[in-house]
This record gives sequence, structure tokens and C-alpha cells, in this order.
Amino acid sequence: MNADETIMPAPPQDPVTEPWWQATRERRLLLQHCASCERVQYPPRSVCTACVATELGWQEAAGIGEIDAWTVVRRSPGPGFDPPYVLARVRLAEGPVLLTTLPGSGPYRCGQPVALTWRPLSDGRRLPVFAPLE
Amino acid sequence: MSVAVVGAAECDLGVTGLPVLTLQTQAITRALADAGLTPRDVDGLATNGIGRFATTQVAEYLDLDLAWSESTFVGGSAFEMYVARAVQAIEAGQCSVVVISYASNQRSARSRSLGAVAEPALPEAQFEAPHGPLYPASHYGMAAQRYVEVYGHDRTVLAAVAVAAREQALLNPAAYRYDAGPLTVDDVLDAAPVSDPLGVLDCCLVTDGGGAVVLTSLARARDLPRPPVVVLGYGEATTNVSTAGPDDLLATGAIASGRRAFGRAGLTPSDVDVVQVYDSFTITVLLSLEGLGFAAPGEAPGLIGELALNTSGGGLSYCHPGQFGVLLLVEAVRQLRGECGVRQVAGAQVALAHGTGGILSTHATVLLGVDR
Ligand SMILES: [Zn+2]
Repeated sequence: MNADETIMPAPPQDPVTEPWWQATRERRLLLQHCASCERVQYPPRSVCTACVATELGWQEAAGIGEIDAWTVVRRSPGPGFDPPYVLARVRLAEGPVLLTTLPGSGPYRCGQPVALTWRPLSDGRRLPVFAPLE
Repeated sequence: MSVAVVGAAECDLGVTGLPVLTLQTQAITRALADAGLTPRDVDGLATNGIGRFATTQVAEYLDLDLAWSESTFVGGSAFEMYVARAVQAIEAGQCSVVVISYASNQRSARSRSLGAVAEPALPEAQFEAPHGPLYPASHYGMAAQRYVEVYGHDRTVLAAVAVAAREQALLNPAAYRYDAGPLTVDDVLDAAPVSDPLGVLDCCLVTDGGGAVVLTSLARARDLPRPPVVVLGYGEATTNVSTAGPDDLLATGAIASGRRAFGRAGLTPSDVDVVQVYDSFTITVLLSLEGLGFAAPGEAPGLIGELALNTSGGGLSYCHPGQFGVLLLVEAVRQLRGECGVRQVAGAQVALAHGTGGILSTHATVLLGVDR
């Protein structure tokens, strides 16, 4: 992606997702945790999809996962993006799948282990991105 | 089931320069003329893609008197869903003659965009769009990459789908690529990349176009000019709106949608003579054929060039006006009536139309058959 990350528009946030975004300032990737049924879910929402509990807590992800699928994006989806770059689905050790990016232009392989890094946004928040473990 | 398709038509296709309501009017009036009916006979309408009040817009433009309307907006599978709703409404007696229509002038209007379409208030704007997916190509690119890796294939199995679609388009004078000549696997592999492993020839066309089908009771259908095409079964599934949503990218909603449709019809894939599956991308065809039960996981490439598939030339080489689902139905009906000339599947008795919307988000299957 473009070296000058600050040209990317800052993503919106809302009252449900604000704690998640604030944690990115401290390089912490949060997952929602349901104390009633132990479900871990992502992205944040106002209900536990397993037991319908609405009081949901947070747990910090270990930041380890594996590539579920990946693609090299060859055209720009809009301002602030500079192809080629690698988009990936990463399955976290805790279970949830994230859409994220990987460095360079590949190739990678499905199943490859990856670890969390961060990309800064213009307002101090960060995007969780991943890089190969080995 | 006791409902039949009695009319089918396309509007002008390709690059028309026409307003969308003119294209809708062409599709609807041509399908009604095909059925031996007029707009005065219509009391049910299902459509989308024209402003916020799509059915109302068309109803006023054509001065229709509607007792039933339906405008589910879930991408290209909506039109197969509309068949299910129309059968239910006609069987319940809420209306008697339903038109399912769609048209777009997206090519003339240059309205197609590559990027994410997430609305700012929705989760994808926060958790997906900032990473830069092409919507919808990157989702299908990831599914295709996982497909070739998991099953030990390479890009040629995807390219073969585009080659087969072109072969069919060369037999269809209405196809956008009718005069374009044959395509080779190397042509597809060498085309400009979009979202690996998909290149531009793995992606559907961007054209104007659309179509309509007319449904009524089978009893009434038998008094109309065309041979009735009976709705034998339908099913659908709704899965994901985000790219991170599905647990398994390769196990699509086609599995549940197909199981529901075949179960309702009391049929199996081996009973189907001609197959129309949504080919938004080459990978969509392979995943859909496997999900519907025509091949085991990873084995759909063996069907390409063998199965009577996407006989119009599909979204890849015939027409893709943003949502292709209605044209799957039009071609299925024409095959069952034996109207397809040099591309006719001899003796076709049962046809399947399977729509897919969004990023493998929604899936709907319709089984149609000749009146026995
Ligand atoms: Zn719970």
C-alpha cells in the first residue's frame, strides 16, 4: 500500500466499536468476549450471537494466526490505495477471521502462520495488519 | 407446483444509450407479448434497481394496477428469489399474473465502480474497506486462490470456464462477444490482472441490458400461446455480507440453496438437462456447481465443456447488466421451449437457474421443467 499512509481516510467509529478503535492506539487488538457463554467474536457488535447477551467484555488477541486466503489487488479501489498490495483473510488463534493486509506483493500460501503488526492512521489510531512469522 | 412461466424476453443489450425505464419497458412489454398478455393483465410485479421505490416507479410508468409487489435487493440472486415469492403469491391467490423484470444502463451511464460500497454507518466501512478490497472482485479472488491451493489446481481451471462461456456466446447472436471470436486459455491467463488469480477475462462483462419473465397459474398457462414452463422447485440461502464473514470460503450458500430446491422438486442434479449458473467470475461457476451437487468439492473443472452450461454465453461473454439473475431465467425458459437454434440443448426437459449476489452473499436456485 502507499508509503504515505496518512492520505488514507480515517475509518468511522461508533459507540459500540469505539473501545476497539481506542485500543489500537496502544497496539492492542481486541476481540469481544461473552462472559455468559465464553464466545469470542469479531467485529464488535451489540449482542453475543451465540447466547444473545448484551453485556460483552473485551479480551486482547495474542496476535497470532494463519492465512485463510489471500489475493494481490492489482487495481485501486479508490483514493489512498496504491496497488499492487496483498489483501488476506487471517484466522486468529482465538477463532475469528479478519480481513487485513500482508506486506509486499506475495506470493503467500493458505495456512501460512502470520503475526500481528500495525499500520498507523492519520489520527493516531491503527489498522491491524499481519506479516509472516518465519 | 401449479405455476408456470409463460413469457420471457430481453430488452436491448450491450451499449444502448437508453434510460433504464425505457429498457424496463422493453423487457416487460416484450415478455408480455411473448406470453400473449398485456400490461392490463399484470397484477404482480417484482423488480429492483430503479431508485428507492423500484416497483412503484415501474408501476406508474406503465400504469400497472398491482395487487402484489416485491423488491428484495440482494444482488443478482434476487430474481430467482422472486420466482419463489411469485409462485407463493399466485398459489395463495393474492395475484394472478406476475412480471419479474430488471434492466440497467450501467455501461452507457459509466456508473460501475471498482471500490468498496460500504455505507459509512455499517461495519464493513470500519473493518474491511480501510484495507482496500476491490468490491466484489477481491472476495472472489481470495476464494479462487484458496480453491486452486486447496485442490491442487492452477489458474487454467478458472480460465477454462471463460473459454467455455465464449464458445457459447459465439452461438448466440444476442451475445456481446458474438463476433469476438474464440478465446483461448492463454488469452485469459495473459489478460490484465484484477485481483489474483483473477484477471479481467475471469470477470463478467459490464454492459447494459436486462429482461423479464411472466408467471401465472399452470391452468391459465395452458390456454396461452407458448408452451408452459413449470416451476418445479426453489430454494435460497443468505450467508455473508463481509469478506471475513464466511467460515469456509469454498462452502458457499449454493449448498443449502440447491438442497432446498432439489428437495422441494423431488429431483437430483442428474435429472437436470441444462444448467444456468451465475458467472460473475469464473470461480463462481466452479463453486456453484460443486455446492449444487453437480460435482464433488474440487472436481467441477471436469464438468466444464461437458455439461450443458450457461448456454447464452453467460455474464462472461453474453451480457452482464449489474444483476444477471433474470437473464438466467430467460435462457432456461427458452431452452425448455426449444427456441435456442444452434445452441439448443436437444430434448431439454429440466433446467436449473442458480443466482448468486454480492460477494457470494446470497444464493437462490430455481428448477424449471416442460409441462408433461
Ligand atoms: Zn454469549
